[in-house]
Amino acid sequence: MSTTLSDTALVFERYARQTLRSKFQILFGILMPLLYLLFFGPLLTGLPLGSAGSSWQVLVPGLLLQLALFGASFCGFAIIIEKNHGVVERMRVTPVSRLALLLGRVLRDALLFVFQAVLLVLVALAMGLRAPLAGLLIGFGFVALLVVSLASLSYALALKVRTPQEFGPVINALTMPAMLLSGLMLPMALGPGWLDALSHLMPLRYLVDAVRDAYVGRYATAHMLYGVLVALALAALAVTVGTRVFRKAGA
Amino acid sequence: MPAITASGLSRTFQTKRGPVEAVRSVDLTAEHGEILGLLGPNGAGKTTTLRMLTTLLPPTGGTATVAGCDLARDPAGVRRRTGYVAQSGGVDPTVSVREELVTQGRLYRLGRSEAVARARELAADLGLEGLLDRKTAALSGGQRRRLDLAMGLIHRPEVLFLDEPTTGLDPGRRADLWDLVRRIRDEHGTTVVLTTHYLDEADALADRLVVIDHGVVVAEGPPAALKERYAGSAAASLQDAFLALTGRSPAAEKPAPLSV
Repeated sequence: MSTTLSDTALVFERYARQTLRSKFQILFGILMPLLYLLFFGPLLTGLPLGSAGSSWQVLVPGLLLQLALFGASFCGFAIIIEKNHGVVERMRVTPVSRLALLLGRVLRDALLFVFQAVLLVLVALAMGLRAPLAGLLIGFGFVALLVVSLASLSYALALKVRTPQEFGPVINALTMPAMLLSGLMLPMALGPGWLDALSHLMPLRYLVDAVRDAYVGRYATAHMLYGVLVALALAALAVTVGTRVFRKAGA
Repeated sequence: MPAITASGLSRTFQTKRGPVEAVRSVDLTAEHGEILGLLGPNGAGKTTTLRMLTTLLPPTGGTATVAGCDLARDPAGVRRRTGYVAQSGGVDPTVSVREELVTQGRLYRLGRSEAVARARELAADLGLEGLLDRKTAALSGGQRRRLDLAMGLIHRPEVLFLDEPTTGLDPGRRADLWDLVRRIRDEHGTTVVLTTHYLDEADALADRLVVIDHGVVVAEGPPAALKERYAGSAAASLQDAFLALTGRSPAAEKPAPLSV
């Protein structure tokens, strides 16, 4: 157990150093949600969104999870390059814990995207967002959990494919429907019944609902319960799958 | 007990076009302090054998012990006691030589100060001092290969596996690397297992050869004995012995397909 922890710290440090060397990597993921915040957010301020609080309390939770969704899903690209340099194999041949090989990476990712989420919220506050501090913190917690889940799955998929050309289209094909069906931009409750029902099949929907509740100060709701359960289950499943792939990857 | 024993080691890959037997059945032993060469044409199963012995690939049949540990029951023990240098090396081009060596030492569970000291010691020993703060991308081919070796030696392994160690090096650098591998064995008693399809390398470097073709061992013995047995005389070239054994030359490429 303690070796898993120290191995995880070691792998985390290696990838954190790599991130700190690249200003581009530190800030790049924030661009898309930031553009939505600046140029899409103001369109919603006068619209009836059918929910409590201001339009910012509806939109910003969606943008945070959008940041996590797109940022984490593309994490696998980096490991394809590493794999082609033989770095993954070189690490797998050492006694280092397989769980640590995954966790060290995804914890770096979680920290990076929570940092970007904080920046995004600061801009949102300047634009008019008002929300309780506890709600904001809960939102960052969901960002971290979602990143751990999706980055784990992204690394697992990346270790299975041979080239970035195979990886990109698959991720695109999965992230776009995930964004649209989870109601990241506008609450699904605004839509027709069939779309609302369909969106309940998308796990991300439950996280969005939970963060929106947190942003209006409602912490003991059914949405929150389902959100936490789905986020934790997804993370446990994804880390298990990811660790298995690091154990077996024939790549 | 020998440093390595393998018996009936095999690996079948399941592909869409049916099973492919990359390694059918390999039996081999390596004594402590021996330099053992796995020789064979491209696709013979050398690298797959090496990947099984280093725990990267689980065998589908057979048993092996490496450095006193059972491959199937104690892969972690095998990993602790062996080093592996892949054909592609395995360093990140954006990371410095020092950082890669220290991280590698820590992955082998050396303490931080121990890993730092060991990195310095290996750099001095392998002619990398002065390069420690360079990015690995800035190294020449020969320097890169010496760094790859240092990465595999950081934890003083009992057994060192080298996959095609001199591919891509010029003749002078190749001879330097052979000297280095011999010196590591002489000074530390390290058992070295290397794959190659260069006959001069097999002849010059290995104490004993295991010739693999179509996933099975077709011959084994010291280079001179193979030449005598399969090419008629110890003065014959290993090339003649190899041709007699496999019916083709070791680096033979498949004929280029007709273009249309």
